[in-house]
Amino acid sequence: MSTVVLLTLTGLGLAALYFLVASGLALVFGLADVLNFAHGLFLSVGAYGTWWASGNLPGAGASGWGFVLAVIFGVVCGTVVAALVELVLIRPLYSRTIEQVLVTVGLSLAGVALLQASWGADPRTYPRPQWTQELTEVAGARVPNDRFLLIGAAVIVLAGLLAFLKFTRIGLVIRAGVEDRSMVTALGIDVRRAFTLVFAIGGAAAALAGALGGVYAGSISPTGGSSLLIFGFIVVVIGGMGSVVGAAYAAVAVGLLQQFVNYTSPGLGDICVVALLAIVLLIRPQGITGKVATS
Amino acid sequence: MTAILDISDLSVKVGGSHILQGVTFSVQPQGVTALLGRNGVGKTTTLKAVLGLMPRAAEITGRVGYAGASITRQPTFRLVRQGLGYVPEDRGVFAGLTVAENLRLAERAGSTPDYDTVHGLFPELRKRARQRAGTLSGGQQQMLAIGRVLLNPNRLLLIDEPTKGLAPKVVTEVAAALEAVAAVVPMLLVEQNLAVVRRMARHAVVIANGRVAYTGGASDLLDYTEKTKALLGVGKGEH
Repeated sequence: MSTVVLLTLTGLGLAALYFLVASGLALVFGLADVLNFAHGLFLSVGAYGTWWASGNLPGAGASGWGFVLAVIFGVVCGTVVAALVELVLIRPLYSRTIEQVLVTVGLSLAGVALLQASWGADPRTYPRPQWTQELTEVAGARVPNDRFLLIGAAVIVLAGLLAFLKFTRIGLVIRAGVEDRSMVTALGIDVRRAFTLVFAIGGAAAALAGALGGVYAGSISPTGGSSLLIFGFIVVVIGGMGSVVGAAYAAVAVGLLQQFVNYTSPGLGDICVVALLAIVLLIRPQGITGKVATS
Repeated sequence: MTAILDISDLSVKVGGSHILQGVTFSVQPQGVTALLGRNGVGKTTTLKAVLGLMPRAAEITGRVGYAGASITRQPTFRLVRQGLGYVPEDRGVFAGLTVAENLRLAERAGSTPDYDTVHGLFPELRKRARQRAGTLSGGQQQMLAIGRVLLNPNRLLLIDEPTKGLAPKVVTEVAAALEAVAAVVPMLLVEQNLAVVRRMARHAVVIANGRVAYTGGASDLLDYTEKTKALLGVGKGEH
């Protein structure tokens, strides 16, 4: 029983990371039709921003409010980079899918190279508050606290995103734009102004995934964003393009499946995730919730 | 009388298909102008080209004037804010949003939304405010699509096949509402139901083979069976 609880909570922690990456990807693709391969860069910027701030930013540190400040700094960096990427590189390329893919793939490669040039290719030890390394007993299982940190952060982001989509004017525009962007413009709305915001929100969530993923893994490396991005894409496709709720369901399914299969058959978890993706694409190609930004 | 919409030598080419080939006509600032033609001649393309809603791959040439100024290549949202209201052929309601949210989306900063007119014409929309638009009947969706446009002041309405696929009773209801609207706002109406055209339209423009084949009075066109049959493919008894 305790093993099941530990695997479940660890799987949910992993799911939380996947959700933080996938929620922004889902909204960006759903609204702007941009397949953003540079999304992993926002995650890496968040991770490295937090790591750098904990050692260099006055008031920031590896524990307590200092760590919170470092995470905020990392998230702000990821948000700013995401908004700049949309404004400078993506905006001139809307409706030009191939060029978008080339630019975002190129940017992700350049981002990794830049991080390697700045701080080296080797993993860097990540600042982790002491309490995240301690264990909490749940139904007989001794669970590391960082799992609860990840799950809590993902739940807050999910609730915040749903409230934003449901109760704000711009959220309404985003939900409508995910369904039919040209009809939104035919109502007199400049939908492109929402694109930058969606990129910024996605960048913030990915940067938070980077900052908290470092706590989970204990170290960060320049290629960390790219490897998590693959699972982010899988979660988006399973959940349904444009759906935040779908991304949450899919992230939980992928995280738990990967964790349980890897426990029983080490290394098979990733293969099972790909198999799940194939099954969903065959049975329900539009994903769990289809192309609607449900709230 | 100065035209509210002036389309001059409009050509649209998508891929290898030359859909419109130098279309020229104007819409008068009063009453309904019907845009007619057989299926696939480019009526919807004309409306979309005016509004800048054609895909990026489309090659568009010609000039579109609106209220005396050129609006060629202006972004759609700006044209709509200038009073060009549009109801598309597929109604364009957002299925995942409620009726109230669909209407709220159309509200515009700096202008008071005219819910009295919308709910006066379509009381059903008030009753179904919390219902998801995707679960409405075709007629109710059409009412929502028209109501959404009427929330804001318009100088010209472009309405594409508003009675398509509707039950006869609903056609009458929608046509009556449009007639009431047309008394206040001029309208360019794409419509296949010639009974509705006869009831509403003062002027008619017929497109055939990508060009304008007729401009003039709507009743002049519809009263001549041979002309109607030649241009629209239907006889008098069939409409």
